[in-house]
Amino acid sequence: MTTFGRGLRTLVLATVLTIIVALALVFFYAPLDADQGFIQKIFYLHVPLAIVSLCGFVFGGLLAIGHLRTRNRAWDMRSYVAIHMALIFGVGGLITGSIWAKASWGHWWDWSDPTLTSFLIVLLLFATYQPLRFSIEDPERQARYASVFAVVAAAFVPLNFIAVRLAQQFVHPRILTLGGGNLPGSMRLTFLVSLLGMALLYATLWKYEMTAKNARIQVRRLRRSLLGDDSVRPLGRSAAPS
Amino acid sequence: MSALAVSPALAPGKAAPYVIAAYAVFLAIVLIYVAIMARRLARTEKDVQQLKRELDQRAAAAEHKDEREPVL
Repeated sequence: MTTFGRGLRTLVLATVLTIIVALALVFFYAPLDADQGFIQKIFYLHVPLAIVSLCGFVFGGLLAIGHLRTRNRAWDMRSYVAIHMALIFGVGGLITGSIWAKASWGHWWDWSDPTLTSFLIVLLLFATYQPLRFSIEDPERQARYASVFAVVAAAFVPLNFIAVRLAQQFVHPRILTLGGGNLPGSMRLTFLVSLLGMALLYATLWKYEMTAKNARIQVRRLRRSLLGDDSVRPLGRSAAPS
Repeated sequence: MSALAVSPALAPGKAAPYVIAAYAVFLAIVLIYVAIMARRLARTEKDVQQLKRELDQRAAAAEHKDEREPVL
């Protein structure tokens, strides 16, 4: 447990500290937006959630490449946890975005906006990852097919992002650009700290779940080797290698 | 013209419930996740305890067997 969870405490402390600083900056340092007013405070939560979620999907795809290259199922488990976490963050981004849309535009959703719709498509695409995975019984095939899916779907994320950026019609404001964006300094600092906090939270939860899964696998293996127990609980809906 | 441009800023009093709701949703998601993980961790801990108990019982049984065997 200690071996798997190495660095977890430091990561938790760094995450808590960064999130506290980010919240302080959001509510006590960043000025009110001239157009949006107080409602713009959701920006510091919604955008980092969406960005970390999309990066998490890509991260899951990269880890899946590790599995396809090495056939080591530990990489598959890492990829599974990364996608699982990214989905949770994605749902958070979607809900907070809807709340912001309701306050800002007067309705929960706008189908004509490519940013919203494409994010939903990516989220739904990755939502099919788990049903696909657990519809296959053979663990080896399950891991292989899931990895191939993760790689292909992850490649779709940057393509989708570029397509949306090229779109002419959009409701979403373009705040972050390669040219540095048009956020004033104090808002940009607040946003960057919020983004860092969210990325650290993702890393912490990913490591936490990996530690828990590894501990469970070790207990199962110990049980098998020490007691020769065949009645060890089946893996069920788990990506963990036996 | 974008929808943002035509929607006027909400007064802080009217915007606050939305901001609170958004941050509360985020907090709820994190708390639910941590609660689920804590439950799983408790299950693993229970498994470790059970494994330890079974090993102790085995060790005790083996010791008892050794004591009963006649010395030649």
